[in-house]
Amino acid sequence: MALIRIENAWKSFGKVPVLQGVSLEVGEGEIVAILGRSGSGKSTLLRCINGLEKIDTGNIWVDGTLVNAAGADVRKLREKVGIVFQSYNLFPHLSVERNITLAPTVVKRMTREEARAIASDVLRRVGLEDKIGAYPDQLSGGQQQRVAIARSLAMSPKAILFDEITSALDPELTGEVLRTLAELARQGWTMVLVTHEIGFARNVAHRAVFMHDGKAWEEGPPKQVLVKPETKELRNFIASVLD
Amino acid sequence: MLRAFTFNEVLFLLDATKWTIAVTLIAFVGGGLVGLLIMILKVVNNRPAQWGAAAYVELFQGTPLLAQLFVVYFGMGLFGYDVSPWVAVSVVFTLWSAAFLGEIWRGCVQAIPRAQWEASAALGLSFAQQIRYVIAAQAARIALPPTVGFLVQIIKNTSLASVIGFIELARAGQIVNSATFRPFLVYCTVAMIYFALCYPLTALSRRLEGKLHGAH
Ligand SMILES: Nc1ncnc2c1ncn2[C@@H]1O[C@H](COP(=O)(O)OP(=O)(O)OP(=O)(O)O)[C@@H](O)[C@H]1O
Ligand SMILES: [Mg+2]
Repeated sequence: MALIRIENAWKSFGKVPVLQGVSLEVGEGEIVAILGRSGSGKSTLLRCINGLEKIDTGNIWVDGTLVNAAGADVRKLREKVGIVFQSYNLFPHLSVERNITLAPTVVKRMTREEARAIASDVLRRVGLEDKIGAYPDQLSGGQQQRVAIARSLAMSPKAILFDEITSALDPELTGEVLRTLAELARQGWTMVLVTHEIGFARNVAHRAVFMHDGKAWEEGPPKQVLVKPETKELRNFIASVLD
Repeated sequence: MLRAFTFNEVLFLLDATKWTIAVTLIAFVGGGLVGLLIMILKVVNNRPAQWGAAAYVELFQGTPLLAQLFVVYFGMGLFGYDVSPWVAVSVVFTLWSAAFLGEIWRGCVQAIPRAQWEASAALGLSFAQQIRYVIAAQAARIALPPTVGFLVQIIKNTSLASVIGFIELARAGQIVNSATFRPFLVYCTVAMIYFALCYPLTALSRRLEGKLHGAH
């Protein structure tokens, strides 16, 4: 069974319909890129997967558990699904180390030593082991984003959601973050990436999903979907991004 | 018979100052505890709690402290409860400070970006853990300067306690003045003592404010 399974999910904010019957599956170890115009509901979809927002109707299962069931344990869910945001959202009053060890110690009740060992391990994975003692405002945007990725990895989730994590960065800094993502892909993490980097999606993702009109409009292997789109909506989108 | 304004009179004023300080401490500690409760009621996601806390704040911020003192001191008497000035002053200053401190702190908590709540929620922290590890530490930093600033307001407002016969610095000034009839000298001395209490705090508040714009 798929690790994440979304079945006919609907969601509106007040009168604005955002998700209008999204269905999507993500298998274990799979890397899915989500593309779509601004406002098409990509962020909302990710936020519904880890319980930051609630869908109105439909079902979302993560690792066999129904996320939107009454009384579902969102905290258990969030141990299974991490999310990295566009604006990094590190805790500015805490060092890099404490940013990473906070959740393992208070949520998973690890000792500080165990958590510290994990912090050095995940920082090595993102290439920032020498920044363990720094504070967020002493790091560049790209470095902060890599720490945010490391913070998510430290909880060893089953899947990680990435919401346009390079969009807030200067062009010369996106490369280092994309390389980190490619490295995670190589290590076999299950990832759902909302991205505008079509080239990256084509090279790294196993599947691309184009969101339009609140639905998963067109999906398939990126080399096929992004090169020879079937629908004119996706064709237009790709043309507008490549401009 | 008129007395001269001597060192003894100054000592009398200084002695009364300790009651000004005592009321200030009661108001700050008591008001801080009640204010914390008010702040929590205002930020939790619960309509009746928010409404209750808002009504409380409106009541105490929307009426003069002087009136609050009269109402509690004489009002309780009408209902057959004789309260001492001490009790009336402690209760009123605690409740009054709570309304302001609660509002100041609510503002500080709400100044923490929503993204901080979301990032900590997404890591699986409970509400209490979010407050303790992520929100409180950041809010406390920005709360420090206005909180110290409000402490100065409490000190100055304790002078109102004199209206119900509570003897603190301002009331002691009146007493010395009616004995010596040297109003300018007496009230200048009183003002200088208030200044000596308030100035270090104002300076501290300003320094903290400056620090806030620096690093950790
Ligand atoms: N909390 C909210 N309250 C009200 N409306 C919201 C909220 N969050 C999102 N929306 C609206 O829902 C729609 C979809 O937003 P969403 O952020 O999911 O889009 P997106 O595909 O991620 O766009 P972008 O590429 O700009 O990030 C938008 O019209 C947005 O204004
Ligand atoms: Mg978005």
